[in-house]
Amino acid sequence: MNTTQETHSPVIPAAIAGLARPPKVMVTKIGLDGHDRGSRLVASFLRDAGMEVIYTGPWQQVETVVNQAAQEDVDCIGVSSLATDHLLVPKLMKALKAAGLDDVIVIVGGIVPDEDEKMLMAEGVARVFHPGCSQQDIVGGIADLIVERRKTLGE
Amino acid sequence: MSENGKNTKMGQDFEAARDTWREAYEGRLPNEKPRFNRSGIEVKPLYTPEDWSPDDYLPDLGFPGDAPFTRGIYPTMHRGRSWTQRQLIGLATPEDYNARMRRIVDSGATALSMIPCNSVYRGYDIDEVDIEILGTCGTTINTMEDMETCLAGVPIGDMSVALNDPSPFTLLAFLLGVAKRRDIPWSRISGTSNQSDYISHYVANHMFFRLALDGARRVFVDHVQFANEQLPRWNPVSVVGQHMQQSGATPAEAMAFTLASAIQYAEDCQARGLDVDAFLPRFTFFFDISISFFEEIAKFRAGRRIWARLAKERLGATDPRAWRFKFHAQTSGVDLTRQQPLNNIARTTAQAIAGILGGLQSMHTDAYDEVLSTPTEAAAKIAIQTQNILREEAGLTDVIDPLGGSYYVEALTDQMEEKIMAAFDEIDAAGGMFQAVAKGLVQEKLGESSMAFQRRVESGEQTVVGVNAYQDDEDVPVTPLERPSREAMEQQVAKLKTFKAERSNADVEKALDAMARACADENDNVFQRLVEAAEAGATHGEMCACLRRELGFGQPLIAA
Repeated sequence: MNTTQETHSPVIPAAIAGLARPPKVMVTKIGLDGHDRGSRLVASFLRDAGMEVIYTGPWQQVETVVNQAAQEDVDCIGVSSLATDHLLVPKLMKALKAAGLDDVIVIVGGIVPDEDEKMLMAEGVARVFHPGCSQQDIVGGIADLIVERRKTLGE
Repeated sequence: MSENGKNTKMGQDFEAARDTWREAYEGRLPNEKPRFNRSGIEVKPLYTPEDWSPDDYLPDLGFPGDAPFTRGIYPTMHRGRSWTQRQLIGLATPEDYNARMRRIVDSGATALSMIPCNSVYRGYDIDEVDIEILGTCGTTINTMEDMETCLAGVPIGDMSVALNDPSPFTLLAFLLGVAKRRDIPWSRISGTSNQSDYISHYVANHMFFRLALDGARRVFVDHVQFANEQLPRWNPVSVVGQHMQQSGATPAEAMAFTLASAIQYAEDCQARGLDVDAFLPRFTFFFDISISFFEEIAKFRAGRRIWARLAKERLGATDPRAWRFKFHAQTSGVDLTRQQPLNNIARTTAQAIAGILGGLQSMHTDAYDEVLSTPTEAAAKIAIQTQNILREEAGLTDVIDPLGGSYYVEALTDQMEEKIMAAFDEIDAAGGMFQAVAKGLVQEKLGESSMAFQRRVESGEQTVVGVNAYQDDEDVPVTPLERPSREAMEQQVAKLKTFKAERSNADVEKALDAMARACADENDNVFQRLVEAAEAGATHGEMCACLRRELGFGQPLIAA
């Protein structure tokens, strides 16, 4: 157990330091729930780690998210779900595909039961982050996925 | 006696003994780092009469049932009447809700609660939103017929009904309609508009925020006035510190913001010309109980003392019932973990004990699986039995305020009071809670405090068992998902469409028009018109849409 009281410093993963442009992540909530403490925290972590973050706030429509993702050319869409809104993620995946954005990474964070996680992964979600994940897990996990994506894009 | 009630003259023997102890302590723990509670107060290893003495017993503590109520708001406290067990219930269709509710009524419950579907919270009817998520977090109630179904066979005149019913209070309107149909006089309807605190929705629980700030303010006061005049047993105001704390406020901040909101609401009602002694006794509060045990107890004790003072001195209430700080509390879901989820039963137990020792009037204990999914019935049952065990086996209700007089708890209560008042005064200086939230001041503080807490967890300064300490690799058990079927929801949507087709649309339009006109007429009461619209057959979504057109769509200030 780590009991040291380090002063806070942003964790900037080494991998993203070498990228031609900073990673760009959209943090969003689709559906009806408004519990946004988690998404606000994650948005701050990612910013601290040197990523460009677009924070949409809650109640986004799937279409709006897709349009914004296209316009902003994001690497990754992070969907926060605390009250079953992740059940709308399959719709988001289809809409991304239809818009030719298959290569955008989609991750989900929040209260996601195991059964739903399986369903989400089968739909093409890259990763599901559960409660208790550390800042490092989240930042590192997203950084790795984005570095991989940039390689595939030849950047 | 010195200032602050601290006794500095305990005599030479005391000082010698104290110094001996201090030397022994520091010798064994030479490099100990200071410890702080969540509100930022340093917690010392030992408290003695130097930190607190009973010299100011009467003005600071008094007796239970007497101002300043530090030791409790009733003379008998939990010996006379223990707290109300008020578990949140809401799922799927009105029929499903009714089946679960009747089982609970049959088992002797005298209080019921109602949680609507998230679509309802957002002010929509079920035919306006994605079907996938309908009924997964609460019951789909859109019409008076739905309310009738929910409450079939439930004796609403004899029960206390807690509605999770944000402004403009459509569920209450449906409930009153059902009562009228059953010939139950409104004077017998008792319960609480649990979610009347629109400021907390604007700041923290955004999904409940339906009308723009000024509009929400108008409907709020109308609803209090209506209750004052026609619902003598209804509590129209529940000020929700729980939202603040869940959203990141420290316990002291949560109490401060809640008190500041209550003052805002009371002063708005006074500005309307309502009599403070008539409406203030019907104010209630709702708090979070985190696992920071003594801090929570001190938070509640300090809150009671401050409220008594504010009600009396600032608001000028002369009825002692108005000085009583009545509160419901819920164990905090933020402290629960997905890892080793059965540990959450232990956490909830510790939180619940803090709430009981803090003198609550009503409690909801969280189900251990809340962090995995919408709670299952089996887990909800353990949560209720936890309360029964604490009340009837552990002897927690034998003595009123059993921690009163503890050097630590009393000193901490004083320190929490100082912290709370400092944050309260800051809000006051910003022009009161309404102005402070409109400017985003409170939101900023919530953001800072939630980040600071997260950092404590990340650094390991705050241990979370199974997460940053004592982890194991065991898989998280899979809980069965209790979700409504898609067919059931499709049928429900079809039912709503049939309802709309069969009612008198002319009557509905007329009633909605009257409500719209009331919005422009400050001598009219919007909530009165809303009750009439509900009776005429207007749906929840239609009433919300009408008021959103007239009073503005609720768009909270959200930043990250």
